[in-house]
Amino acid sequence: MITTDILIIGAGPTGLFTVFEAGLLKLNCHLIDALPQQGGQCSELYPKKPIYDIPAYPEILAGDLTHKLMEQCKQFEPGFTLGERAETIEKQEDGSFIVTTNKGTKHKAPVVAIAGGLGSFEPRKPLLENISDFEDCGVEYMIKEPEFYRDKKVVIAGGGDSALDWSIFLSDIASSVTLIHRRNEFRGHLDSVEKVQELKNIGKIELITPAEITGINGNGKVENVEVTKKGEEPILLETDHFIPLFGLSPKLGPIANWGLEIEKNAIKVNNALDYQTNIPGIYAIGDVNTYPGKLKLILCGFHEATLMCQSAYQIINPGKRYVLKYTTVAGVDGFDGTRKEAPKAVVKAID
Amino acid sequence: MEQDINITIIDRDGVKHQIEAPTDMAMNLMEVVRSYELAPEGTIGICGGMAMCASCQCYVLSDTKLPEMQDDEEAMLSEAFDVKDNSRLGCQIQMTPEMEGLEVELAPES
Repeated sequence: MITTDILIIGAGPTGLFTVFEAGLLKLNCHLIDALPQQGGQCSELYPKKPIYDIPAYPEILAGDLTHKLMEQCKQFEPGFTLGERAETIEKQEDGSFIVTTNKGTKHKAPVVAIAGGLGSFEPRKPLLENISDFEDCGVEYMIKEPEFYRDKKVVIAGGGDSALDWSIFLSDIASSVTLIHRRNEFRGHLDSVEKVQELKNIGKIELITPAEITGINGNGKVENVEVTKKGEEPILLETDHFIPLFGLSPKLGPIANWGLEIEKNAIKVNNALDYQTNIPGIYAIGDVNTYPGKLKLILCGFHEATLMCQSAYQIINPGKRYVLKYTTVAGVDGFDGTRKEAPKAVVKAID
Repeated sequence: MEQDINITIIDRDGVKHQIEAPTDMAMNLMEVVRSYELAPEGTIGICGGMAMCASCQCYVLSDTKLPEMQDDEEAMLSEAFDVKDNSRLGCQIQMTPEMEGLEVELAPES
């Protein structure tokens, strides 16, 4: 069981900044994120794209913003459970919460801050009627363990980087790799496209374009897929695995069933006070919340995180006195023993 | 407003909306749909308008002349679902006075 003061669901910009603000109040944080890395949308969707409305940064790349937020909060030693999705929440008798992920990791905290953005990123599934019958029986939307495919026949569908990269990687492991894409053009790094071309030329990857998977057949597990090339009759392709890689799309997911008030696919909060939800002790900050006049901006998430931490302090330290301190005046004392402070002004007598 | 144009949007429930869209606020079709709340928040414009998701996919029903499709829109549509020959991403269609009379239908949520 992982225990902490504030359990943050979502390691995007808002979640990461919460660690800093909580740290100033001597509160520990642990973050859960469904993605394997920090940064949320900023690192998953557009790490190389610039953002122009972060105060004091005329321009900053989304990936760089993530790095700077990590750097800013690192002395408060946040814990991370990455690549796991927060699944259930249970209120304990002592008022704290236990949040369990899809992989069974348990986290306990008196305060939960949902900074889930648009939700957890889930693979986009092709619209094939019976596809769910074959999930984990030959259909996988993510490659977790490449060795799993050793000496197997694999069909990959998709036209982006992950489809290209995995086709390349598996061409050395699987007995055969077929890559299917709806167009002749791929959108991936030039290197990957060229590498696939090379492997196609030497017969290590079979490429079928422009084509689509139009059916899956098998008894209890995938035996073949139906491939339809544009303007041609469908053909059956024998395979052990079908791996559709059509990117990720965010879904509110299990959080929607936590008994929180939901409006417009977002969690309703009290914006007059502290961004608390209808369940005391559970807050929602950043893009995941809604209130009159809500704007889904990173800078608004930072503000919400700051106010939320002040309120969380009262729950965690009931009745304990505190006044806001300025970092310039008080410095920053890290949990790792480091201290940052403004240099002292030197006063020297004039003779 | 004199800069406004009249366009028709059929929402995902098949309801037809005749609306006025400003052409002087640098708005695209996806943003117009959101400003009129014709699709629930969180189900359209998820990537913010970078042609990186297909949540604003729509079918163009009128023969209105639209800006030509750029590479990233074409690439995204080639990976999207429910794509038809008249599919476009709303976020890539900036509202201009020439689009008076445009009629589109929102593609199903995916």
